[in-house]
Amino acid sequence: MTENTNTPEMPKKEIKKKPKKPKIPRQPMPEQDPQVRAHNFKEVPFGYSIETAMLEASRCIMCKKPKCVDGCPVEINIPGFLKAIRDGEFDDAIKILKSDNALPAICGRVCPQEEQCEIKCVVGIKDEPVAIGRLERFIADWEREHREIAIPEIPEWTGRKVAIVGSGPAGLTVAGELAKLGHKVTIYEALHKPGGVLMYGIPEFRLPKAIVEAEVDYVKKLGVEVVYNAIIGKYLTIDELKDEMGFHAIFIGTGAGLPYFMNIPGEDLVGIYSANEYLTRANLMKAYDFPNYDTPIARSKNVAVIGGGNVAMDAARTALRLGAENVYLAYRRSQQEMPARNEEIHHAEQEGIQFNLLTNPIRFDGDDKGFVKSMTCIKMELGEPDASGRRRPVPMEGSEFELAVDTVVVSIGNGANPVLTEATPGLETNKWGNILADDDTCETSIKGVYAGGDIVIGAATVILAMGAGKRAARAMHEQMMSMELEEVMK
Amino acid sequence: MNEILEKRVLSEGVKDIIVSSPVIARKRKAGQFIILRVHERGERIPLTIVGSDPEAGTLRLIFQEVGKSTMQLGELEVGDSILDIAGPLGKPTHIENFGRVLCVGGGIGVAPVLPIAAAMKEAGNEVISIIGARNKELLILEDDMKAVSDRLIVTTDDGSYGKHGFVTDAISMLVEEGLTFEQSVSIGPVIMMKFTSALAKKNNIPMMVSLNSIMVDGTGMCGGCRVSVDGKSEFVCVDGPEFDGWLVDFDQLMKRQAAYLEQERRSSEEYHRCKLDAQVENLEKQS
Repeated sequence: MTENTNTPEMPKKEIKKKPKKPKIPRQPMPEQDPQVRAHNFKEVPFGYSIETAMLEASRCIMCKKPKCVDGCPVEINIPGFLKAIRDGEFDDAIKILKSDNALPAICGRVCPQEEQCEIKCVVGIKDEPVAIGRLERFIADWEREHREIAIPEIPEWTGRKVAIVGSGPAGLTVAGELAKLGHKVTIYEALHKPGGVLMYGIPEFRLPKAIVEAEVDYVKKLGVEVVYNAIIGKYLTIDELKDEMGFHAIFIGTGAGLPYFMNIPGEDLVGIYSANEYLTRANLMKAYDFPNYDTPIARSKNVAVIGGGNVAMDAARTALRLGAENVYLAYRRSQQEMPARNEEIHHAEQEGIQFNLLTNPIRFDGDDKGFVKSMTCIKMELGEPDASGRRRPVPMEGSEFELAVDTVVVSIGNGANPVLTEATPGLETNKWGNILADDDTCETSIKGVYAGGDIVIGAATVILAMGAGKRAARAMHEQMMSMELEEVMK
Repeated sequence: MNEILEKRVLSEGVKDIIVSSPVIARKRKAGQFIILRVHERGERIPLTIVGSDPEAGTLRLIFQEVGKSTMQLGELEVGDSILDIAGPLGKPTHIENFGRVLCVGGGIGVAPVLPIAAAMKEAGNEVISIIGARNKELLILEDDMKAVSDRLIVTTDDGSYGKHGFVTDAISMLVEEGLTFEQSVSIGPVIMMKFTSALAKKNNIPMMVSLNSIMVDGTGMCGGCRVSVDGKSEFVCVDGPEFDGWLVDFDQLMKRQAAYLEQERRSSEEYHRCKLDAQVENLEKQS
């Protein structure tokens, strides 16, 4: 059909037009200049001011059936807290938010809102969606900075005890939910600090550790006890927690803690790190402040990071801040297939990370002391789609090239850590070692033992782990309350 | 928690402490280790558990002051507490009645050999042990090793005590005596384990070595401790710490051990300087 430009205009009816409100654009969030921030570990964005936050919140059209809530794995009452921000009722806003999410300052920073709540936002159909994530962050920060953190009233002890393995996002969510219902909760954490990946993995410049500690503090104030340096499977076993220590329900949220390597020649040379090691040294152990902190980390000129996920972006941006002159990111597919959030890719590009796309390392070479000195890569082209639906990268013959590097960070993903599962007879796993758990209740093959987060679904996001935590908490509460109190007290 | 209850100096810079840690004391088996942290800004350092008293809830740890962290640990006195202790980590030694077992310890490596020799003895093995040091002053745990061995040979590099020579010389001597071993374990400096393993292989003696590579978390999460065994990359913290000495790539391990030498030197130097400054300040105050 050809376009008919001659169609006469429809006769104009006399419609009473509402005076059109001036359209408010999505409010940008101010952030540190890329050239400056690439050399410090301070947080990149500054957050909204009160005025900007209220203005941005007023862009929400308060849908009767809010689609954004459907997109949120923990079903936050989004229009509810946005309305309260719009009206300047900040105390109400934080109360509404926290009734569904115990860790809002974290989620406001690290959730992929663009593919969860914001992608569903009706305002976003014609315009840019309401900045829900930035507002979540704003109100959580506002509370932390301006108020004594309010602790909801905790009901009387139900007589039930819960053990949680791992204090990452999944474990903290279960802990918070069950403590609020009056259960006695103990978290066993393998490391010496709480937070799991929030503490060891996500860098300071993206998620300040003081904020993680403040949100963990909130969970502790709900009555949750945290035992550190307790590696379940070694220190105590699931059987002991269940049978000897009298926990009525157990939740396993140990995360994805087994780094994959590429298994190519030279990968054990000095200076080749897993992203877990590189980030753990920098974040948890604060090696960027060596020798004020005792843990060292390589300070290199030319760093290659391998991978295209959020963790790869974190590693690359950390390398830059540790003083690298060149940071190359080698990813075997094209930018379109990168699993990292757009915002992270954008930030990395802005800061000067050099993207080597469609590039795959095939070999590392070292000097006589065993330190890595170069990485040989091969160029790739995209072929037919593979099982993941993404076009499969195929090596281009004869396209090998060498890159001088003195540190390499392998960031190609994490598998399931077997320390707990191997020590827990009867706990069923799939062939990759992930724990099998019911989709709705998160219960595992052992009655009363639940699991959720990355240890079940493989390396994913903070918020998906928290969603699983919420579902598990609901099921654990029901199961425990269905037990007779005498049975419980036994 | 983690209170130091006893402390002894075994030799120059080598300390022997008894620490309260009831759960680990009950759980640990020979060959396992802990990771500890001395203070809030400290690094995580792995140490083999030398022994434990499950009833008293205590662990025995022996360490050599080689850098800032171990020096700081050495400065803790009875009544002080270690900030963090995590464990027991790693796989326990495979203990069974093999028959005759050879236990070789060199330098500070005698400390991790002790619990294995004890467990081998307990399992009914005939235990022949060799312990070595550079000189008499640096030799540790002779009495403890004697108590768990049917026969103990001591060597010193300079001949100041026991047999003059290396632990490998003592192994050769035993082989020449016509002794055969169904199992052996060797722990010490990497270079020593390299040579004892080569010798064991030559004489067809199975040999386990316990590796102390650089690690952070100790639970398999970081992979910093990886070592090549039979061409395959293994994690010392969860797959080890013991491996078949015939198959370990010791040369690569030595290189990986040296990854942070420069930083460690810097850290130690600054620490020494701080301590000196503090002493000077103290003296000035007193005068």
